[in-house]
Amino acid sequence: MKNERKTTFLLITIPILALFVCFNTIPLIRGVIYSFTNFKGFGSYDWIGFRNYIDLFTDARVGKSYLFTFKLAVVTTIVVNVISLILALALNSKIRAKSFFRGAYFLPNILGALVVGYIFNYFFTYILPAVGAMIGSDSLSKSILSNPSSAWLGIMVVCSWQAVAMNTIIYISGLQTVPEDVYEAGGLDGATGWKQFRYLTFPLIIPFFSINMVLSVKNFLMVFDQIMALTKGGPAQSTESISYLIYNNGMSGGQFGFQSANAVIFFIVIVTVSVAQMKFTGKKEEQL
Amino acid sequence: MKEGMMNKKTNWTAMVVLILGLSAIAFPLYMTIIIAFKQPAEMTNSVSGILSLPKTWSLDNFKEAMRVTDFWNSLKNSLLITLLTVALSIIIHSLMGYALGRNKSHSKFYSFVYLFIVSGMFVPFAILMMPLAKQTAELGLANWFGVIILYVVFYMPMNIMLYSGYLVNIPMALEEAAKVDGASTWRTYWKIIFPIMRPMHATVAVLTALAVWNDVMTPLVIMAGSDQNTLPLAQLNFQTQFGTNYNLAFASYLLSLVPILIFYIICQKQILNGVVNGAVK
Repeated sequence: MKNERKTTFLLITIPILALFVCFNTIPLIRGVIYSFTNFKGFGSYDWIGFRNYIDLFTDARVGKSYLFTFKLAVVTTIVVNVISLILALALNSKIRAKSFFRGAYFLPNILGALVVGYIFNYFFTYILPAVGAMIGSDSLSKSILSNPSSAWLGIMVVCSWQAVAMNTIIYISGLQTVPEDVYEAGGLDGATGWKQFRYLTFPLIIPFFSINMVLSVKNFLMVFDQIMALTKGGPAQSTESISYLIYNNGMSGGQFGFQSANAVIFFIVIVTVSVAQMKFTGKKEEQL
Repeated sequence: MKEGMMNKKTNWTAMVVLILGLSAIAFPLYMTIIIAFKQPAEMTNSVSGILSLPKTWSLDNFKEAMRVTDFWNSLKNSLLITLLTVALSIIIHSLMGYALGRNKSHSKFYSFVYLFIVSGMFVPFAILMMPLAKQTAELGLANWFGVIILYVVFYMPMNIMLYSGYLVNIPMALEEAAKVDGASTWRTYWKIIFPIMRPMHATVAVLTALAVWNDVMTPLVIMAGSDQNTLPLAQLNFQTQFGTNYNLAFASYLLSLVPILIFYIICQKQILNGVVNGAVK
């Protein structure tokens, strides 16, 4: 009887584990192997040791893409979380048509990022400059996407427009865990408004804050669809995210081996950032 | 009494913030709808010209967009991939979640397998993309079927975590009672555990469906040579064919958004619950 249970569990686990290894672990290992070659994506190739990794650290284009991706991830994470917190507080307060508002504010999240990107592309290319011309602003009368110093702002706006929805709903579920009598007790001590938020509400929703931080940073570091729809990495390679560079140069640019090395570094970066964030926010929670 | 008074007061500051914020969500959608219905001749360079209502609400742009982007075929592919991925995920991931969840606390092997698969969550697609493009081509899987297999693997870490987390709340006593009646473990699973996990099936279905439906990268990399498109992929591949006819392009964008919008309007509650459950647990 006991054996029957054991056998059943093994018969479930082994094939599914094999599937996972086949399409996750093996490609991962193959990616690491390719990163030590000069493979172009076709034809023969040679082992070149750590050459790709050494080149990676001196490659200006790769460096630029890391700078751009991190700048985008950090700024977007801050913008998104500030807006989401304000919206969540508003959506959790005593308002009318609550379920309508919650439903409407989540809507951007379910739409495909690529199509949303195309829609905003038109907005930035035609509508915003027309508005700029109307109000007589020189900097706005040209598309912000065609200027290397401002194109990233467009991507930031589109990423935020969608991501706010997700973060807001997580903050709302955090705010719902705060019992009403905490506010009442705080009210007696004179904690209202900002003070109430800073010393009562926020400490209680820190676990939700950390979920949002980890989710946001990880998602924005992997940004791809928005780049594809808005700038294709341009102008002047100013908006090439790491994922986009790996896709573009690795899949069709003949840099299969080199971009594999880039992907390995990117993988290590993602793991490091996620683990560091979890450690950091975990510590914060303990202190409280 | 105090509580009763507090409940009555509407927070008007919050209402103002929310109504203003709503315009930021509504505007791009409004823009999409009116441009999709207009004719190129109606598009002038001024703001009011672009944003005014169309003269007639004709469906011609949509008919043309459907033809240019092979809409029905792309829709069929997207539906097929999404539905099959969701069905397979619910079956495979719940089984695996069950096997690992019931054993990982007392077996080193199962707890290792659990950690091994869950840590797959940190593997970005960027590192798998190039080897997978090669591998699926070698195996003859560079098509919609290969994409489904990959999705089942990619969403396995998250879904297994959700399922085995949910299992903690299901008492072993239920299974033991069935065992006394002589039912096998396999039978007990399908008769008792699988139906009990229904709330988690809903969460997994919502999260997996949303992610798969909107994904661009996987089909882009895997199905590139297969002549087949999903809805988002069709937008990418036919972008150049719209030329400067933005009305046609927007009709196509709107068409690709409509199925998920309908889904959202019908299952809004389940979707919101699913998303929260997935993120917070």
